[in-house]
Amino acid sequence: MSGKYEAVIGLEVHVELNTKSKIFCSCPTEFGKEPNTQVCPVCLGLPGVLPVLNEEAVRKAVQAALALNCEITSYAKFDRKNYFYPDLPKAYQISQYDLPLARNGWIELSGGKRIGIRRVHLEEDAGKLVHQGDITSAAFSFADYNRCGVPLIEIVSEPDIRDPEEARDYLTRLKGILQHIGVSDCRMEEGSLRVDANVSVRPVGSREFGTRTELKNIGSFRAVYRGLSYEIERQSKLLDRGEPVIQETRHWDEQNGVTRSLRGKEEAQDYRYFPEPDLVPLQLDPDWVEEIRRTLPELPEARKARFVREYGLPEYDADVLVSSPPIANFYEECVRLFGEPKTVSNWVMGELFRLLNDSGMEPEELKLRPSELVSLLKMTREGVVSGKIAKDVFEQMFRTGEDPESIVKKHNLVQISDKSALEPLVLQVIAENPKVVDDYKSGKKQAFAFLVGQVMKATKGRANPAVVNELLHKRLD
Amino acid sequence: MEHTLSLEEVRHVARLARLVFKPEEEEMFRQQLSRILDHVQRLNELDTSRVQPTFHVVPLKNVMRRDETRPCLPRDEVLANAPDAQGGFFRVPKITEG
Ligand SMILES: [Zn+2]
Repeated sequence: MSGKYEAVIGLEVHVELNTKSKIFCSCPTEFGKEPNTQVCPVCLGLPGVLPVLNEEAVRKAVQAALALNCEITSYAKFDRKNYFYPDLPKAYQISQYDLPLARNGWIELSGGKRIGIRRVHLEEDAGKLVHQGDITSAAFSFADYNRCGVPLIEIVSEPDIRDPEEARDYLTRLKGILQHIGVSDCRMEEGSLRVDANVSVRPVGSREFGTRTELKNIGSFRAVYRGLSYEIERQSKLLDRGEPVIQETRHWDEQNGVTRSLRGKEEAQDYRYFPEPDLVPLQLDPDWVEEIRRTLPELPEARKARFVREYGLPEYDADVLVSSPPIANFYEECVRLFGEPKTVSNWVMGELFRLLNDSGMEPEELKLRPSELVSLLKMTREGVVSGKIAKDVFEQMFRTGEDPESIVKKHNLVQISDKSALEPLVLQVIAENPKVVDDYKSGKKQAFAFLVGQVMKATKGRANPAVVNELLHKRLD
Repeated sequence: MEHTLSLEEVRHVARLARLVFKPEEEEMFRQQLSRILDHVQRLNELDTSRVQPTFHVVPLKNVMRRDETRPCLPRDEVLANAPDAQGGFFRVPKITEG
Protein backbone atom coordinates (compact mmCIF):
# COMPACT_ATOMS: atom_id res chain seq x y z
CA MET A 1 0.00 0.00 0.00
CA SER A 2 1.27 3.43 -0.79
CA GLY A 3 1.65 5.71 2.23
CA LYS A 4 -1.40 7.71 1.16
CA TYR A 5 -4.00 5.33 2.54
CA GLU A 6 -4.64 3.43 5.71
CA ALA A 7 -6.75 0.32 6.04
CA VAL A 8 -9.65 -0.21 8.42
CA ILE A 9 -10.22 -3.86 9.20
CA GLY A 10 -12.82 -5.67 11.28
CA LEU A 11 -12.89 -9.42 11.77
CA GLU A 12 -15.81 -11.77 12.34
CA VAL A 13 -14.67 -15.08 13.74
CA HIS A 14 -16.92 -18.13 14.06
CA VAL A 15 -15.75 -20.76 16.52
CA GLU A 16 -17.36 -24.16 17.13
CA LEU A 17 -17.71 -24.94 20.82
CA ASN A 18 -16.57 -28.43 21.79
CA THR A 19 -19.71 -29.59 23.58
CA LYS A 20 -20.74 -33.24 23.43
CA SER A 21 -24.17 -32.52 21.96
CA LYS A 22 -25.53 -29.88 19.60
CA ILE A 23 -26.82 -26.51 20.74
CA PHE A 24 -30.58 -27.20 20.49
CA CYS A 25 -30.82 -31.01 20.32
CA SER A 26 -29.10 -34.12 21.68
CA CYS A 27 -27.26 -35.17 18.50
CA PRO A 28 -23.50 -35.70 18.95
CA THR A 29 -21.12 -33.12 17.47
CA GLU A 30 -18.37 -35.50 16.35
CA PHE A 31 -16.50 -34.50 13.22
CA GLY A 32 -15.98 -36.77 10.22
CA LYS A 33 -18.95 -39.13 10.54
CA GLU A 34 -20.92 -40.60 7.62
CA PRO A 35 -23.20 -37.96 6.07
CA ASN A 36 -26.57 -37.40 7.78
CA THR A 37 -25.97 -39.88 10.59
CA GLN A 38 -25.74 -37.21 13.36
CA VAL A 39 -29.15 -35.68 12.83
CA CYS A 40 -32.61 -35.73 14.37
CA PRO A 41 -35.95 -34.02 13.71
CA VAL A 42 -34.81 -30.87 15.58
CA CYS A 43 -31.63 -30.17 13.62
CA LEU A 44 -33.30 -31.28 10.38
CA GLY A 45 -35.91 -28.59 10.97
CA LEU A 46 -38.88 -30.93 10.75
CA PRO A 47 -42.23 -29.37 11.66
CA GLY A 48 -43.46 -29.43 15.23
CA VAL A 49 -40.13 -29.83 17.03
CA LEU A 50 -38.93 -27.77 19.97
CA PRO A 51 -35.29 -26.66 20.29
CA VAL A 52 -33.92 -26.62 23.88
CA LEU A 53 -30.73 -24.74 24.68
CA ASN A 54 -27.62 -26.69 25.73
CA GLU A 55 -26.42 -25.39 29.11
CA GLU A 56 -22.81 -26.33 28.40
CA ALA A 57 -22.82 -24.28 25.19
CA VAL A 58 -23.90 -21.27 27.24
CA ARG A 59 -21.23 -21.95 29.86
CA LYS A 60 -18.51 -22.21 27.22
CA ALA A 61 -19.70 -19.09 25.44
CA VAL A 62 -19.64 -17.21 28.76
CA GLN A 63 -16.13 -18.53 29.47
CA ALA A 64 -14.97 -17.32 26.07
CA ALA A 65 -16.64 -13.93 26.46
CA LEU A 66 -15.12 -13.40 29.91
CA ALA A 67 -11.67 -14.43 28.69
CA LEU A 68 -12.09 -11.81 25.96
CA ASN A 69 -12.84 -9.16 28.62
CA CYS A 70 -16.50 -8.82 27.64
CA GLU A 71 -19.48 -7.88 29.79
CA ILE A 72 -22.13 -10.57 29.99
CA THR A 73 -25.45 -8.91 29.21
CA SER A 74 -28.26 -9.13 31.76
CA TYR A 75 -30.85 -10.03 29.12
CA ALA A 76 -30.09 -11.96 25.94
CA LYS A 77 -32.44 -13.56 23.45
CA PHE A 78 -32.39 -15.65 20.31
CA ASP A 79 -33.60 -14.60 16.88
CA ARG A 80 -34.29 -16.18 13.55
CA LYS A 81 -32.07 -15.08 10.69
CA ASN A 82 -33.97 -15.91 7.53
CA TYR A 83 -32.33 -16.95 4.31
CA PHE A 84 -32.80 -19.57 1.67
CA TYR A 85 -29.79 -21.74 1.14
CA PRO A 86 -29.71 -25.54 1.26
CA ASP A 87 -27.11 -25.67 4.04
CA LEU A 88 -29.97 -24.83 6.44
CA PRO A 89 -33.02 -27.06 6.17
CA LYS A 90 -35.23 -24.70 8.24
CA ALA A 91 -34.53 -21.73 5.91
CA TYR A 92 -33.45 -19.79 8.98
CA GLN A 93 -30.57 -19.91 11.37
CA ILE A 94 -31.12 -19.47 15.11
CA SER A 95 -28.77 -16.68 16.10
CA GLN A 96 -28.74 -13.58 18.31
CA TYR A 97 -29.46 -10.22 16.76
CA ASP A 98 -29.97 -7.14 18.91
CA LEU A 99 -29.49 -8.65 22.37
CA PRO A 100 -26.36 -10.81 22.24
CA LEU A 101 -24.84 -12.76 25.12
CA ALA A 102 -21.86 -10.43 25.61
CA ARG A 103 -20.45 -7.06 24.56
CA ASN A 104 -17.54 -4.63 24.87
CA GLY A 105 -14.44 -6.78 25.21
CA TRP A 106 -10.91 -6.48 23.92
CA ILE A 107 -7.76 -8.39 22.98
CA GLU A 108 -4.35 -6.89 23.56
CA LEU A 109 -1.83 -7.26 20.72
CA SER A 110 1.94 -7.76 21.10
CA GLY A 111 2.72 -4.04 21.15
CA GLY A 112 0.07 -3.35 23.79
CA LYS A 113 -2.55 -2.02 21.37
CA ARG A 114 -6.07 -3.11 22.25
CA ILE A 115 -8.50 -4.31 19.61
CA GLY A 116 -12.08 -3.89 20.73
CA ILE A 117 -14.58 -6.74 20.62
CA ARG A 118 -18.03 -5.44 19.85
CA ARG A 119 -19.98 -8.56 20.72
CA VAL A 120 -19.94 -12.29 21.26
CA HIS A 121 -23.10 -14.20 20.46
CA LEU A 122 -24.31 -17.79 20.30
CA GLU A 123 -25.76 -19.41 17.21
CA GLU A 124 -26.10 -22.73 15.44
CA ASP A 125 -23.80 -23.93 12.69
CA ALA A 126 -25.14 -24.79 9.23
CA GLY A 127 -24.76 -28.02 7.30
CA LYS A 128 -22.18 -28.72 4.64
CA LEU A 129 -22.66 -28.79 0.88
CA VAL A 130 -20.42 -30.91 -1.28
CA HIS A 131 -20.16 -31.04 -5.04
CA GLN A 132 -19.12 -33.67 -7.49
CA GLY A 133 -16.43 -32.44 -9.83
CA ASP A 134 -16.04 -28.77 -10.57
CA ILE A 135 -18.39 -26.56 -8.55
CA THR A 136 -19.08 -24.25 -11.48
CA SER A 137 -20.25 -27.04 -13.77
CA ALA A 138 -21.95 -29.23 -11.14
CA ALA A 139 -25.70 -29.57 -11.57
CA PHE A 140 -26.40 -30.63 -7.97
CA SER A 141 -25.34 -29.90 -4.43
CA PHE A 142 -25.20 -32.70 -1.87
CA ALA A 143 -26.26 -31.68 1.62
CA ASP A 144 -24.90 -33.23 4.83
CA TYR A 145 -26.55 -31.90 7.99
CA ASN A 146 -24.22 -33.49 10.57
CA ARG A 147 -22.72 -30.08 11.37
CA CYS A 148 -26.12 -28.39 11.41
CA GLY A 149 -26.80 -27.28 14.98
CA VAL A 150 -23.26 -27.54 16.32
CA PRO A 151 -22.89 -24.62 18.76
CA LEU A 152 -20.98 -21.62 17.46
CA ILE A 153 -19.91 -18.36 18.95
CA GLU A 154 -19.42 -15.42 16.65
CA ILE A 155 -16.84 -12.92 17.85
CA VAL A 156 -17.10 -9.55 16.15
CA SER A 157 -14.22 -7.12 16.48
CA GLU A 158 -14.45 -3.35 16.32
CA PRO A 159 -12.88 -1.88 13.15
CA ASP A 160 -9.71 -1.17 15.15
CA ILE A 161 -7.31 -3.25 13.07
CA ARG A 162 -5.10 -1.20 10.75
CA ASP A 163 -3.01 -3.68 8.77
CA PRO A 164 -2.79 -7.38 7.87
CA GLU A 165 -0.10 -8.01 10.48
CA GLU A 166 -2.38 -6.74 13.26
CA ALA A 167 -5.13 -8.97 11.89
CA ARG A 168 -2.86 -12.00 12.10
CA ASP A 169 -1.72 -11.04 15.59
CA TYR A 170 -5.34 -10.61 16.74
CA LEU A 171 -6.31 -14.02 15.36
CA THR A 172 -3.30 -15.77 16.86
CA ARG A 173 -4.11 -14.32 20.27
CA LEU A 174 -7.80 -15.06 19.96
CA LYS A 175 -7.08 -18.68 19.07
CA GLY A 176 -4.56 -18.95 21.93
CA ILE A 177 -7.09 -17.63 24.45
CA LEU A 178 -9.87 -19.97 23.28
CA GLN A 179 -7.54 -22.97 23.29
CA HIS A 180 -6.23 -22.09 26.75
CA ILE A 181 -9.70 -22.08 28.23
CA GLY A 182 -10.49 -25.24 26.26
CA VAL A 183 -13.80 -24.22 24.69
CA SER A 184 -12.79 -25.12 21.13
CA ASP A 185 -9.99 -26.91 19.33
CA CYS A 186 -9.93 -24.00 16.84
CA ARG A 187 -8.94 -26.09 13.82
CA MET A 188 -9.26 -23.98 10.73
CA GLU A 189 -8.72 -26.98 8.45
CA GLU A 190 -11.73 -28.75 10.01
CA GLY A 191 -13.78 -25.56 9.98
CA SER A 192 -14.00 -25.24 13.76
CA LEU A 193 -12.58 -21.72 13.42
CA ARG A 194 -13.60 -19.55 10.46
CA VAL A 195 -12.73 -15.98 9.63
CA ASP A 196 -14.54 -13.32 7.58
CA ALA A 197 -12.80 -9.98 7.16
CA ASN A 198 -14.27 -6.55 6.46
CA VAL A 199 -11.79 -4.16 4.94
CA SER A 200 -11.82 -0.63 3.59
CA VAL A 201 -9.16 2.00 2.94
CA ARG A 202 -9.22 5.75 3.49
CA PRO A 203 -6.79 8.62 3.05
CA VAL A 204 -4.40 8.85 6.00
CA GLY A 205 -5.79 11.37 8.47
CA SER A 206 -9.39 10.89 7.36
CA ARG A 207 -11.82 9.89 10.09
CA GLU A 208 -14.58 8.62 7.88
CA PHE A 209 -14.68 5.02 6.74
CA GLY A 210 -14.31 4.12 3.08
CA THR A 211 -16.59 1.63 1.33
CA ARG A 212 -15.80 -1.83 2.60
CA THR A 213 -15.70 -5.26 1.06
CA GLU A 214 -16.16 -8.52 2.91
CA LEU A 215 -13.63 -11.30 2.36
CA LYS A 216 -14.83 -14.88 2.65
CA ASN A 217 -13.43 -18.33 2.01
CA ILE A 218 -10.25 -17.72 3.99
CA GLY A 219 -8.61 -21.02 4.93
CA SER A 220 -5.72 -20.05 7.18
CA PHE A 221 -4.22 -17.14 9.12
CA ARG A 222 -1.66 -16.80 6.35
CA ALA A 223 -4.52 -16.50 3.86
CA VAL A 224 -6.06 -13.76 6.03
CA TYR A 225 -2.79 -11.87 5.78
CA ARG A 226 -2.45 -12.38 2.04
CA GLY A 227 -6.11 -11.73 1.25
CA LEU A 228 -6.16 -8.49 3.23
CA SER A 229 -2.89 -7.32 1.66
CA TYR A 230 -4.29 -7.98 -1.79
CA GLU A 231 -7.59 -6.28 -1.05
CA ILE A 232 -5.94 -3.17 0.46
CA GLU A 233 -3.73 -2.86 -2.60
CA ARG A 234 -6.69 -3.32 -4.94
CA GLN A 235 -8.84 -0.72 -3.18
CA SER A 236 -5.95 1.76 -2.98
CA LYS A 237 -5.41 1.50 -6.73
CA LEU A 238 -9.12 2.09 -7.36
CA LEU A 239 -9.02 5.23 -5.22
CA ASP A 240 -5.83 6.39 -6.98
CA ARG A 241 -7.65 6.16 -10.30
CA GLY A 242 -10.66 7.97 -8.87
CA GLU A 243 -12.85 4.88 -9.20
CA PRO A 244 -15.32 3.81 -6.52
CA VAL A 245 -14.94 0.72 -4.34
CA ILE A 246 -18.09 -1.39 -4.62
CA GLN A 247 -19.54 -2.77 -1.41
CA GLU A 248 -19.64 -6.50 -1.99
CA THR A 249 -18.58 -9.94 -0.80
CA ARG A 250 -15.37 -11.20 -2.35
CA HIS A 251 -13.90 -14.68 -2.24
CA TRP A 252 -10.22 -15.25 -1.60
CA ASP A 253 -8.71 -17.44 -4.30
CA GLU A 254 -5.75 -19.03 -2.52
CA GLN A 255 -4.28 -20.62 -5.62
CA ASN A 256 -4.09 -17.45 -7.68
CA GLY A 257 -3.60 -15.10 -4.75
CA VAL A 258 -6.47 -12.78 -5.69
CA THR A 259 -9.91 -11.83 -4.39
CA ARG A 260 -12.90 -12.23 -6.69
CA SER A 261 -16.37 -10.83 -6.75
CA LEU A 262 -18.71 -13.81 -6.92
CA ARG A 263 -21.91 -12.12 -7.90
CA GLY A 264 -22.70 -9.21 -10.07
CA LYS A 265 -25.23 -6.81 -8.72
CA GLU A 266 -26.47 -8.05 -5.40
CA GLU A 267 -29.51 -7.14 -3.44
CA ALA A 268 -28.62 -5.78 -0.02
CA GLN A 269 -28.72 -8.59 2.56
CA ASP A 270 -32.08 -8.61 4.27
CA TYR A 271 -32.36 -11.35 6.84
CA ARG A 272 -35.69 -10.19 8.33
CA TYR A 273 -34.59 -11.09 11.86
CA PHE A 274 -37.35 -11.69 14.34
CA PRO A 275 -37.38 -13.12 17.90
CA GLU A 276 -37.24 -16.92 18.05
CA PRO A 277 -40.57 -17.84 19.65
CA ASP A 278 -39.42 -21.39 20.53
CA LEU A 279 -36.63 -20.24 22.87
CA VAL A 280 -37.08 -18.21 26.01
CA PRO A 281 -34.70 -15.40 26.96
CA LEU A 282 -31.48 -15.77 28.92
CA GLN A 283 -31.11 -13.77 32.10
CA LEU A 284 -27.98 -15.27 33.52
CA ASP A 285 -27.52 -15.25 37.26
CA PRO A 286 -24.63 -12.84 38.06
CA ASP A 287 -23.39 -15.28 40.72
CA TRP A 288 -23.16 -18.05 38.13
CA VAL A 289 -21.23 -15.73 35.81
CA GLU A 290 -18.88 -14.76 38.65
CA GLU A 291 -18.32 -18.41 39.47
CA ILE A 292 -17.27 -19.00 35.84
CA ARG A 293 -14.98 -15.97 35.99
CA ARG A 294 -13.33 -17.25 39.18
CA THR A 295 -12.74 -20.70 37.76
CA LEU A 296 -11.41 -19.64 34.35
CA PRO A 297 -8.22 -21.51 33.49
CA GLU A 298 -4.97 -19.56 33.32
CA LEU A 299 -5.06 -17.17 30.37
CA PRO A 300 -2.12 -16.60 28.03
CA GLU A 301 -1.14 -13.26 29.62
CA ALA A 302 -1.00 -14.77 33.10
CA ARG A 303 0.83 -17.82 31.83
CA LYS A 304 3.37 -15.60 30.09
CA ALA A 305 4.01 -13.69 33.32
CA ARG A 306 4.44 -17.00 35.15
CA PHE A 307 6.93 -18.26 32.54
CA VAL A 308 9.01 -15.12 33.07
CA ARG A 309 8.78 -15.42 36.85
CA GLU A 310 9.13 -19.19 37.29
CA TYR A 311 11.49 -20.09 34.48
CA GLY A 312 13.43 -16.83 34.19
CA LEU A 313 12.61 -16.64 30.47
CA PRO A 314 12.94 -13.41 28.50
CA GLU A 315 9.52 -11.81 27.80
CA TYR A 316 9.96 -12.58 24.12
CA ASP A 317 10.38 -16.32 24.67
CA ALA A 318 7.44 -16.43 27.07
CA ASP A 319 5.22 -14.58 24.61
CA VAL A 320 6.03 -16.91 21.74
CA LEU A 321 5.65 -20.07 23.84
CA VAL A 322 2.24 -19.22 25.29
CA SER A 323 0.79 -18.14 21.94
CA SER A 324 -0.03 -21.81 21.38
CA PRO A 325 -1.30 -23.94 24.28
CA PRO A 326 -0.06 -27.26 22.83
CA ILE A 327 3.43 -25.73 22.57
CA ALA A 328 3.24 -24.17 26.04
CA ASN A 329 2.16 -27.53 27.51
CA PHE A 330 4.91 -29.35 25.62
CA TYR A 331 7.43 -26.83 26.91
CA GLU A 332 6.35 -27.08 30.53
CA GLU A 333 6.44 -30.85 30.51
CA CYS A 334 9.99 -30.81 29.07
CA VAL A 335 11.12 -28.39 31.76
CA ARG A 336 9.53 -30.53 34.46
CA LEU A 337 11.48 -33.56 33.22
CA PHE A 338 14.74 -31.88 32.30
CA GLY A 339 15.13 -28.51 34.03
CA GLU A 340 17.21 -25.89 32.17
CA PRO A 341 14.22 -23.76 31.05
CA LYS A 342 16.26 -21.60 28.68
CA THR A 343 17.87 -24.59 26.94
CA VAL A 344 14.43 -26.11 26.40
CA SER A 345 13.04 -22.79 25.19
CA ASN A 346 15.86 -22.47 22.64
CA TRP A 347 15.07 -25.94 21.31
CA VAL A 348 11.34 -25.37 21.12
CA MET A 349 11.55 -21.91 19.58
CA GLY A 350 14.44 -22.82 17.28
CA GLU A 351 14.34 -26.40 16.06
CA LEU A 352 10.76 -27.34 16.80
CA PHE A 353 9.25 -24.16 15.31
CA ARG A 354 11.47 -24.47 12.23
CA LEU A 355 10.32 -28.06 11.61
CA LEU A 356 6.66 -27.20 12.23
CA ASN A 357 6.95 -24.32 9.80
CA ASP A 358 8.72 -26.35 7.11
CA SER A 359 6.17 -29.13 7.32
CA GLY A 360 3.19 -26.73 7.41
CA MET A 361 1.98 -28.56 10.51
CA GLU A 362 -0.12 -26.93 13.22
CA PRO A 363 1.22 -27.24 16.79
CA GLU A 364 -1.81 -29.31 17.79
CA GLU A 365 -0.85 -31.94 15.22
CA LEU A 366 2.54 -32.48 16.89
CA LYS A 367 3.12 -36.15 17.64
CA LEU A 368 6.50 -35.79 19.31
CA ARG A 369 6.32 -36.37 23.08
CA PRO A 370 8.09 -34.16 25.62
CA SER A 371 9.88 -37.23 27.05
CA GLU A 372 11.47 -37.87 23.64
CA LEU A 373 12.96 -34.41 23.34
CA VAL A 374 14.13 -34.74 26.94
CA SER A 375 15.98 -38.01 26.18
CA LEU A 376 17.77 -36.21 23.39
CA LEU A 377 18.61 -33.25 25.62
CA LYS A 378 19.99 -35.64 28.23
CA MET A 379 22.14 -37.36 25.61
CA THR A 380 23.48 -33.94 24.64
CA ARG A 381 24.10 -32.91 28.23
CA GLU A 382 25.97 -36.15 28.92
CA GLY A 383 28.06 -35.69 25.80
CA VAL A 384 26.70 -38.78 24.04
CA VAL A 385 25.93 -36.69 20.95
CA SER A 386 27.25 -33.29 19.89
CA GLY A 387 24.95 -30.30 19.71
CA LYS A 388 25.17 -30.30 15.93
CA ILE A 389 24.29 -33.98 15.62
CA ALA A 390 21.48 -33.53 18.14
CA LYS A 391 19.74 -31.20 15.69
CA ASP A 392 19.92 -33.81 12.92
CA VAL A 393 18.64 -36.49 15.29
CA PHE A 394 15.80 -34.21 16.33
CA GLU A 395 14.78 -33.69 12.72
CA GLN A 396 14.63 -37.45 12.22
CA MET A 397 12.62 -37.88 15.40
CA PHE A 398 10.19 -35.27 14.17
CA ARG A 399 9.80 -36.84 10.74
CA THR A 400 9.83 -40.54 11.59
CA GLY A 401 8.61 -40.65 15.19
CA GLU A 402 11.61 -42.82 16.14
CA ASP A 403 13.18 -42.36 19.55
CA PRO A 404 16.59 -40.66 19.76
CA GLU A 405 18.47 -43.67 21.18
CA SER A 406 17.64 -45.90 18.23
CA ILE A 407 18.38 -43.14 15.70
CA VAL A 408 21.82 -42.55 17.25
CA LYS A 409 22.50 -46.27 17.36
CA LYS A 410 21.28 -46.98 13.84
CA HIS A 411 23.29 -44.19 12.22
CA ASN A 412 26.30 -44.52 14.51
CA LEU A 413 26.12 -40.90 15.67
CA VAL A 414 27.69 -41.20 19.12
CA GLN A 415 29.95 -38.27 19.85
CA ILE A 416 33.70 -38.90 19.73
CA SER A 417 35.31 -37.53 22.88
CA ASP A 418 38.18 -39.99 22.98
CA LYS A 419 41.43 -38.02 22.60
CA SER A 420 43.34 -40.93 21.09
CA ALA A 421 40.71 -41.20 18.37
CA LEU A 422 40.70 -37.47 17.59
CA GLU A 423 44.44 -36.79 17.85
CA PRO A 424 45.37 -38.30 14.43
CA LEU A 425 42.60 -36.26 12.76
CA VAL A 426 43.81 -33.05 14.41
CA LEU A 427 47.35 -33.72 13.20
CA GLN A 428 46.07 -34.47 9.70
CA VAL A 429 44.06 -31.23 9.53
CA ILE A 430 47.12 -29.24 10.71
CA ALA A 431 49.28 -30.90 8.09
CA GLU A 432 46.79 -30.29 5.29
CA ASN A 433 46.24 -26.60 6.07
CA PRO A 434 49.66 -25.00 6.55
CA LYS A 435 48.48 -21.56 5.36
CA VAL A 436 45.58 -21.46 7.82
CA VAL A 437 47.90 -22.57 10.62
CA ASP A 438 50.25 -19.69 9.72
CA ASP A 439 47.30 -17.28 9.71
CA TYR A 440 46.34 -18.42 13.17
CA LYS A 441 49.87 -18.10 14.48
CA SER A 442 50.08 -14.57 13.10
CA GLY A 443 47.02 -13.65 15.12
CA LYS A 444 43.94 -14.37 12.99
CA LYS A 445 41.44 -15.81 15.43
CA GLN A 446 38.97 -16.98 12.77
CA ALA A 447 41.57 -19.35 11.39
CA PHE A 448 41.21 -21.46 14.51
CA ALA A 449 37.48 -21.92 14.00
CA PHE A 450 38.18 -23.09 10.45
CA LEU A 451 40.50 -25.80 11.73
CA VAL A 452 37.90 -26.95 14.28
CA GLY A 453 35.39 -27.05 11.46
CA GLN A 454 37.66 -29.27 9.40
CA VAL A 455 37.94 -31.81 12.21
CA MET A 456 34.16 -31.72 12.67
CA LYS A 457 33.71 -32.29 8.96
CA ALA A 458 36.11 -35.22 8.96
CA THR A 459 34.00 -36.86 11.68
CA LYS A 460 30.67 -35.89 10.09
CA GLY A 461 29.94 -33.67 13.08
CA ARG A 462 30.53 -36.37 15.67
CA ALA A 463 33.70 -34.95 17.25
CA ASN A 464 33.31 -33.36 20.66
CA PRO A 465 34.14 -29.72 19.91
CA ALA A 466 35.51 -29.08 23.39
CA VAL A 467 38.02 -31.92 23.00
CA VAL A 468 38.96 -30.80 19.48
CA ASN A 469 39.53 -27.27 20.78
CA GLU A 470 41.75 -28.56 23.53
CA LEU A 471 43.82 -30.75 21.18
CA LEU A 472 44.27 -27.98 18.62
CA HIS A 473 45.34 -25.49 21.25
CA LYS A 474 47.85 -27.96 22.60
CA ARG A 475 49.39 -28.37 19.13
CA LEU A 476 49.31 -24.78 17.96
CA ASP A 477 49.86 -22.56 21.00
CA MET B 1 -52.07 7.73 9.25
CA GLU B 2 -52.34 6.14 5.83
CA HIS B 3 -49.48 3.71 5.06
CA THR B 4 -49.09 3.12 1.37
CA LEU B 5 -46.75 0.41 0.24
CA SER B 6 -45.11 0.84 -3.15
CA LEU B 7 -45.15 -1.88 -5.77
CA GLU B 8 -41.37 -2.00 -5.49
CA GLU B 9 -41.66 -2.87 -1.78
CA VAL B 10 -44.10 -5.65 -2.60
CA ARG B 11 -41.70 -7.05 -5.21
CA HIS B 12 -38.83 -6.84 -2.71
CA VAL B 13 -40.55 -8.89 0.01
CA ALA B 14 -41.79 -11.32 -2.64
CA ARG B 15 -38.25 -11.78 -3.88
CA LEU B 16 -36.99 -12.38 -0.33
CA ALA B 17 -39.64 -15.07 0.09
CA ARG B 18 -38.82 -16.51 -3.36
CA LEU B 19 -42.36 -15.78 -4.60
CA VAL B 20 -43.31 -14.60 -8.07
CA PHE B 21 -46.58 -12.73 -8.64
CA LYS B 22 -48.51 -11.63 -11.70
CA PRO B 23 -48.90 -7.83 -12.05
CA GLU B 24 -52.53 -7.92 -10.88
CA GLU B 25 -51.49 -9.98 -7.84
CA GLU B 26 -48.78 -7.45 -7.03
CA GLU B 27 -51.39 -4.72 -6.97
CA MET B 28 -53.77 -6.83 -4.87
CA PHE B 29 -51.05 -7.58 -2.30
CA ARG B 30 -49.97 -3.95 -2.32
CA GLN B 31 -53.46 -2.94 -1.24
CA GLN B 32 -53.94 -5.78 1.25
CA LEU B 33 -50.53 -5.42 2.87
CA SER B 34 -51.02 -1.65 3.07
CA ARG B 35 -54.29 -2.17 4.93
CA ILE B 36 -52.63 -4.61 7.34
CA LEU B 37 -49.84 -2.15 8.04
CA ASP B 38 -52.33 0.62 8.59
CA HIS B 39 -54.17 -1.55 11.05
CA VAL B 40 -51.01 -2.40 12.98
CA GLN B 41 -50.05 1.28 12.91
CA ARG B 42 -52.95 1.96 15.25
CA LEU B 43 -50.85 0.44 18.06
CA ASN B 44 -48.59 3.48 17.77
CA GLU B 45 -51.44 5.62 19.02
CA LEU B 46 -51.12 4.01 22.45
CA ASP B 47 -48.87 5.55 25.06
CA THR B 48 -46.33 2.79 25.84
CA SER B 49 -43.77 4.98 27.56
CA ARG B 50 -44.35 3.15 30.86
CA VAL B 51 -44.52 -0.37 29.39
CA GLN B 52 -41.53 -2.72 29.42
CA PRO B 53 -40.70 -4.13 25.98
CA THR B 54 -41.95 -7.69 25.51
CA PHE B 55 -39.43 -9.91 23.78
CA HIS B 56 -41.21 -13.10 24.62
CA VAL B 57 -44.80 -13.80 25.59
CA VAL B 58 -44.05 -16.81 27.82
CA PRO B 59 -42.99 -15.80 31.35
CA LEU B 60 -40.03 -18.20 31.45
CA LYS B 61 -36.29 -17.71 31.29
CA ASN B 62 -33.08 -19.78 31.17
CA VAL B 63 -34.68 -23.03 30.04
CA MET B 64 -31.76 -25.32 29.30
CA ARG B 65 -30.91 -28.98 28.96
CA ARG B 66 -27.81 -30.88 30.07
CA ASP B 67 -25.11 -31.57 27.53
CA GLU B 68 -25.98 -35.22 26.89
CA THR B 69 -26.26 -37.07 23.62
CA ARG B 70 -29.10 -39.28 22.53
CA PRO B 71 -29.42 -41.63 19.55
CA CYS B 72 -29.99 -39.92 16.22
CA LEU B 73 -32.58 -40.72 13.59
CA PRO B 74 -31.66 -43.74 11.41
CA ARG B 75 -30.49 -42.49 8.04
CA ASP B 76 -33.16 -44.21 5.99
CA GLU B 77 -35.71 -42.31 8.07
CA VAL B 78 -33.72 -39.08 7.72
CA LEU B 79 -33.89 -39.36 3.96
CA ALA B 80 -37.37 -40.91 3.76
CA ASN B 81 -39.13 -37.64 2.96
CA ALA B 82 -36.33 -36.15 0.90
CA PRO B 83 -37.49 -35.34 -2.64
CA ASP B 84 -34.10 -36.55 -3.86
CA ALA B 85 -31.17 -38.30 -2.19
CA GLN B 86 -27.95 -39.99 -3.21
CA GLY B 87 -25.17 -41.73 -1.28
CA GLY B 88 -26.56 -40.70 2.10
CA PHE B 89 -26.82 -37.05 1.07
CA PHE B 90 -29.83 -34.89 0.33
CA ARG B 91 -29.51 -34.00 -3.33
CA VAL B 92 -30.60 -30.47 -4.20
CA PRO B 93 -30.29 -28.25 -7.25
CA LYS B 94 -27.01 -26.37 -7.12
CA ILE B 95 -27.55 -22.87 -5.88
CA THR B 96 -24.92 -20.18 -6.08
CA GLU B 97 -24.37 -18.70 -2.67
CA GLY B 98 -26.55 -15.85 -1.59
ZN1 LIG C 1 -30.29 -33.13 16.15
